Amino acid sequence: MRGTLAIALRELKSYFASPVAYIVTAAFLVVTGYLFTLILLYSREASLRYLFGNMSVLLLIVSPALTMRLLAEEQRTGTIELLLTSPVRDREVVIGKFLASLGLLAAMLGMTLFYPLLLFVYGHPDKGPILSGYVGTLLLGASFLSIGLFASSLTANQIVAAVLTFMGLLLFWLIGGAADLAGPPLGDLLRYLAVDQNYNDFTAGVVDSKAVVYFISVVVVFMYATVRTLESRRWR
Amino acid sequence: MIEVENLVKYYGPHPALRGVTFAAQKGEVLGLLGPNAAGKTTAMRILTGYMPASSGTAKVAGFDVAEQAIEAKKRTGYLPENVPLYPEMTVNSYLGFVADLRGVPSRLKKERVDEVCELARITHVRDTVAGKLSRGYRQRVGIAQALIHRPSVVILDEPTVGLDPKQIIETRQLIKNLGGDHTVVLSSHILPEVSMTCSRVVIISDGRVAAVDTPDNLTRRLQGANRVHLEIRGPAEPVAGALRAVPGVLAVASEPGQSPDGVTCTVECGAEADARERLAAAVVGSGWGLLEMRSLSLSLEEIFLRLTTTEEVSEQ
Ligand SMILES: Nc1ncnc2c1ncn2[C@@H]1O[C@H](COP(=O)(O)OP(=O)(O)O)[C@@H](O)[C@H]1O
Ligand SMILES: [Mg+2]
Repeated sequence: MRGTLAIALRELKSYFASPVAYIVTAAFLVVTGYLFTLILLYSREASLRYLFGNMSVLLLIVSPALTMRLLAEEQRTGTIELLLTSPVRDREVVIGKFLASLGLLAAMLGMTLFYPLLLFVYGHPDKGPILSGYVGTLLLGASFLSIGLFASSLTANQIVAAVLTFMGLLLFWLIGGAADLAGPPLGDLLRYLAVDQNYNDFTAGVVDSKAVVYFISVVVVFMYATVRTLESRRWR
Repeated sequence: MIEVENLVKYYGPHPALRGVTFAAQKGEVLGLLGPNAAGKTTAMRILTGYMPASSGTAKVAGFDVAEQAIEAKKRTGYLPENVPLYPEMTVNSYLGFVADLRGVPSRLKKERVDEVCELARITHVRDTVAGKLSRGYRQRVGIAQALIHRPSVVILDEPTVGLDPKQIIETRQLIKNLGGDHTVVLSSHILPEVSMTCSRVVIISDGRVAAVDTPDNLTRRLQGANRVHLEIRGPAEPVAGALRAVPGVLAVASEPGQSPDGVTCTVECGAEADARERLAAAVVGSGWGLLEMRSLSLSLEEIFLRLTTTEEVSEQ
């Protein structure tokens, strides 16, 4: 537990030792701020519903940037040897890395709370969908980060990890589209597995336990796969 | 304190270790000596729990590194071949991080960081980021992190590679001082290093243990009759011929001696027999003067070349 925390904190600090975290955060805030303004002007609606839809697309790009380094860099520089010979379990290492990226993502989302705050100052938005939207976005982000972490365990090259993650996320994203094309039995399964299907409920103000379970399952599956990859790398 | 039994490790179809067995007692400084690609790093990686063996067992302080990995790792300090530093971290925060990783209680953390900085003499670079450190300091920080949790076993993979001569001497002294409190295993492909720092040497070659002994004993084992130095008054060619004819002699190298009518010979003999008496008899029997005869003790370096047949490619 202590090892996990130490790894997570070290990772968080090192995010800010490189310009990547600043650039990603700044870009995320600029784009969401711009979209927020635009959407507000056009819809004249005190809700974040459309903004959430856009944020989820942004996360497709933000997540690979946050996770590409996590394990790839440790493997490139050999510091992974320090982690794996310390009295911490592989899963503690993986969880620590995941928590660091989730922490940064949460901070980024936290900064966007400024937008709903504006809505509350100047209007009467419905609290429910905003709250559930944030919960959903964090869950969606967590699932993206776990996929990115997994990709980062596969290679010692950050760029390869980022590209793999982006392609993986895109595929993950597009499952929903395939659902409409496929026939009923397969289509239903794909629809259940589709990201947008599970995410949309949250932005509509519904916290569906099925969707929560869905995102948490994705996280667990990819974290598990990451642990196994770390293990199997050592066999080779 | 360390028991390694019959370790075998395959990388794909290629065996890097083919049954390595050795042990180290408490407080001992044990050297793993072998040319590049002998399997030293592989053995250490198994011993530190970084990778599993294909077969065989390794125990640290009585804990199996595969079955009771966490317990074994708690008692092990490890300096990998490439010092595992994070370039953006200061020495201070890095050592603090490693202390957390290795489970040093929070209240002891500062004290331990001070302690290892003192020991590795890096106190004056504590606020420097690792990326800006010279090779010598990086290595010292590497040793410091390996000691932070006061492990009973310290494993150092090629601790002096890439250091300048002064740093090498300092590092060897540091390692020597670790013995007693810690059980130390270090690997090296440099013989003088091992004979200077270690109380016992395991010579590894091509994934196998070629010999285990004290540096002194290894020298003694191949000492004695193996090579004999002779100063003889007599004609060079006939003397060499006569010596070559002595049973047990493998080769004779001769050169002009110090006196004008003398010759200096170095005689190589088989390991099994002491040929000195027969050599003396041959010289005196031919009516030449035997001015001097002594056996040459082999340096560890030469033993090494004999024990390991693989030619070493010198590093950098
Ligand atoms: N990760 C690896 N994958 C494949 N082969 C390896 C790996 N590590 C080492 N080897 C091979 O195993 C042998 C032993 O290597 P190593 O243990 O590094 O030797 P040493 O440390 O004595 O130089 C070498 O032939 C090396 O090429
Ligand atoms: Mg090596």
